[in-house]
Amino acid sequence: MRRFEMIARSPVVVALFMSLAIAGCASKKNMPNTAGDLGLGGSATPGSTQDFTVNVGDRIFFDVDSSVIRADAQQTLAKQAQWLQRYPNYAITIEGHADERGTREYNLALGQRRAAATRNYLASRGIPASRIKTLSYGNERPVAVCDSESCWSQNRRAITVLGGAGS
Amino acid sequence: MMKMFRIILSTFAAILAVAMTVTVPARAEVTIDITKGTVEPLPIAITDFLSGDQLGANISGVIAADLERSGLFAPIDKGAFIEKISNPDAAPRFEDWKVINAQALVTGRVTKQGDGRLKAEFRLWDTFAGQQLEGQQFFTSPDSWRRVAHIIADAIYERLTGEKGYFDTRVVFVDESGTKEKRVKRLAIMDQDGANVRYLTNGKDLVLTPRFSPSRQEITYMSYEQGKPQIYLLQLETGQRELVGNFPGMTIAPRFSPDGQKVVMSLLQEDGSANVYTMDLRSRTTTRLTSTSAIDTGASYSPDGSQVVFESDRGGRPQIYKMGADGSNPQRISFGDGSYSTPVWSPRGDLIAFTKQSGGQFSIGVMKVDGSGERILSSGYHDEGPTWAPNGRVLMFFRQPPGSNSPHLVTVDLTGRNLRQIQTPNLASDPAWSPLLE
Repeated sequence: MRRFEMIARSPVVVALFMSLAIAGCASKKNMPNTAGDLGLGGSATPGSTQDFTVNVGDRIFFDVDSSVIRADAQQTLAKQAQWLQRYPNYAITIEGHADERGTREYNLALGQRRAAATRNYLASRGIPASRIKTLSYGNERPVAVCDSESCWSQNRRAITVLGGAGS
Repeated sequence: MMKMFRIILSTFAAILAVAMTVTVPARAEVTIDITKGTVEPLPIAITDFLSGDQLGANISGVIAADLERSGLFAPIDKGAFIEKISNPDAAPRFEDWKVINAQALVTGRVTKQGDGRLKAEFRLWDTFAGQQLEGQQFFTSPDSWRRVAHIIADAIYERLTGEKGYFDTRVVFVDESGTKEKRVKRLAIMDQDGANVRYLTNGKDLVLTPRFSPSRQEITYMSYEQGKPQIYLLQLETGQRELVGNFPGMTIAPRFSPDGQKVVMSLLQEDGSANVYTMDLRSRTTTRLTSTSAIDTGASYSPDGSQVVFESDRGGRPQIYKMGADGSNPQRISFGDGSYSTPVWSPRGDLIAFTKQSGGQFSIGVMKVDGSGERILSSGYHDEGPTWAPNGRVLMFFRQPPGSNSPHLVTVDLTGRNLRQIQTPNLASDPAWSPLLE
């Protein structure tokens, strides 16, 4: 009677589950900066991340289910490329995001496709691709919450996140 | 002559079902024909198990709730019972149960043994045939009483439907707390009825899409533990975690092979493509199954391990494709309106469940493995990510109402008529059903 044995053992399993909850997993992750977190202001120090976010623009937006760099995004990325060439010591991570009107795994892949398209564009404007990492958050990090296109469009984005020592 | 009856349900058309709901002669025994879907649940009386305390009633309550939630049984209000069962070893007064239309009757007893264990016994009676259909006993530690109740519910379900039950199972899922912008996600595991929730991670790292091993107390899931999406294994009995594979990019969408020896997943590549890979957990060798510049993800094995379904947008919008387990001969199988994703092969092998996006709605549906015979089982603002009960009769998924990002777990049977919310302590998403526990 295999089942009887398993039942008898199950308290051990329960105890282990409890210890799992305590052990958990530990690691450190820096959340991305957003314009909101940084506090938008006009007096950013030139060459600072705040300068980049406020005066250049750290993000571009995409059409539904698309990773095509739109005309407005091309302008933003051209400004980003100029600024990043002037301040070459920043490490660059492009974070790709999707809106919530898709399934989770597809959106993770779509976020990466958007990040890759953004990196390719910056590379075409003179930023070495080797300087740029990509990361996808899929639909896990929305900036706006609602049930209409007005905020889904804000969530379909790629953000250029600066790290490492500034110039 | 005893009364004959038979419940037959139509999956496709209520009219057809009504036409088919006829008495079938020469069939004395109470049964439920689960293969046709249900028109009317079977009235069943589940008496409180005899015990010196509340435990007997608690066990009966869990059995009744399991059977009721399946949609196939209608437990009768205890207030209507005429006979008070005082000796569960003796035959009941069948007339007393027939008169309240209890077509089946469950009696039982739970007693404490000298060694501290519980002994739980039950008998299942066919009241109209006047005979015992089933009688079993189980021994367990007192804190496993819910599990014994689920095992008894499975025995009743199996005896009356001819199908394996699914009540003695667990569900691993993602527990969600905090605001939408600062959402905390933790892996959690619970019994299939929502009881006994236990947390497996502490919420520090974003975790998604856990899936049960078909053969071991092990799950695979995706975590940002090292700052990017990567696939991990977690041994449930030891808490031991390990990274699956040593891929340079991000890995997502893990699922086990039916033998539990491989994990199939998607690798997100530098060029923005996503391709399907497997890793053999013993030899640690990886194999690439698809080679596309599109997004190939959401792979799921057939139960015999010979084929893989996955979603791909190689033709434009996401659609479901099927290929050999070695990546051979990929062919599109979904051709309806809208897009299709999260294909999951039924453990019975006969159907593929999916999420469909069409007309601003997200639906859960099933299709035959050649893509024909699509049926939508539930539809809403955002229904996503079906997972099969091990008997292939019920799906669980998560549902999100408009604008709230407050997902919860829902089950639906293959008729689409029996939709039930699962109560969880917090918001919940990404459910994955375990196999039957052994």
